[in-house]
Amino acid sequence: MWTFFHKLASPPHFYSLAGRMTPWFAISGTLLIVYGTISGLFLAPADYQQGDAFRIIYVHVPAAYLSMMGYSIMAISAGIGLIWRMKLAHAVAAGVAPLGAWFTFLALVTGSIWGRPMWGTWWEWGDPRLTSELILLFLYFGYMALRASIDDVSKADRASAVLALVGAVNVPIIHFSVEWWSSLHQGPTLIRAEGPAIDGPMLYPLLAMIFGFTLFFGALLLMRVKSEVLFRERRSKWARRLLSDGAH
Amino acid sequence: MDLLSMGKYGFYVWTSFALTGFVLTACVVQAKRRHRKVLHDIARQHQIMESE
Repeated sequence: MWTFFHKLASPPHFYSLAGRMTPWFAISGTLLIVYGTISGLFLAPADYQQGDAFRIIYVHVPAAYLSMMGYSIMAISAGIGLIWRMKLAHAVAAGVAPLGAWFTFLALVTGSIWGRPMWGTWWEWGDPRLTSELILLFLYFGYMALRASIDDVSKADRASAVLALVGAVNVPIIHFSVEWWSSLHQGPTLIRAEGPAIDGPMLYPLLAMIFGFTLFFGALLLMRVKSEVLFRERRSKWARRLLSDGAH
Repeated sequence: MDLLSMGKYGFYVWTSFALTGFVLTACVVQAKRRHRKVLHDIARQHQIMESE
């Protein structure tokens, strides 16, 4: 077990392993997304209250879930990097940030597009779910801006890790916002004590999209962390050998 | 054609899915570009080292 972790944390080993795993994540993720999109758009029945507008959840829910999952990965990796001085963990945190920002942006905009016909407004200032998700976007931006402003990688790692950890308090706030305060946003549909409040033909495309998006996110994260690791190791022998072998 | 019109919500549904396609593609393009840049920088750095 420990040798496995040790090997995983060794940069050249991680680099080649991540390179081999990426296509599997990318292909399975893409297939699930294609299936989820087709069945979500054309096969699932229209919602009895929301009509066809409900189909936006097939992209909104996975994006929103990954926006928070991305931040959790970032904060946990940053914490591991700080405590155990593990470079790979810092590389994961740095790699996940731009992806998390993109998915947060997607969650915000698709939510807004759904809100226009359903709530009659694109945006509601002061709504706890909307506001905390917007703060999440700013936390990602802040994290990336802080990293970009510090040239020394290990200093950037430590400073940005503190920011990531402090900002982590926002993640449970987003999650519980619809229960703690009154929000326009509807409550949870899938993860409830009583079981999912959504039926098979509507549910399966959603599950396919959630898993598909997650796998696709995994592929993107592997690509990002690979670049991150290579950049940190740019002066090492293995990086040079990689290049002379015609690296990809 | 009814299938594509999405009731009266066609604009909202199609914009959301098109934007999703754009964001996922942009993520891939950005990740690849970043990787190429790192490789390029290393190659240049080695050239400098060899010429010294």
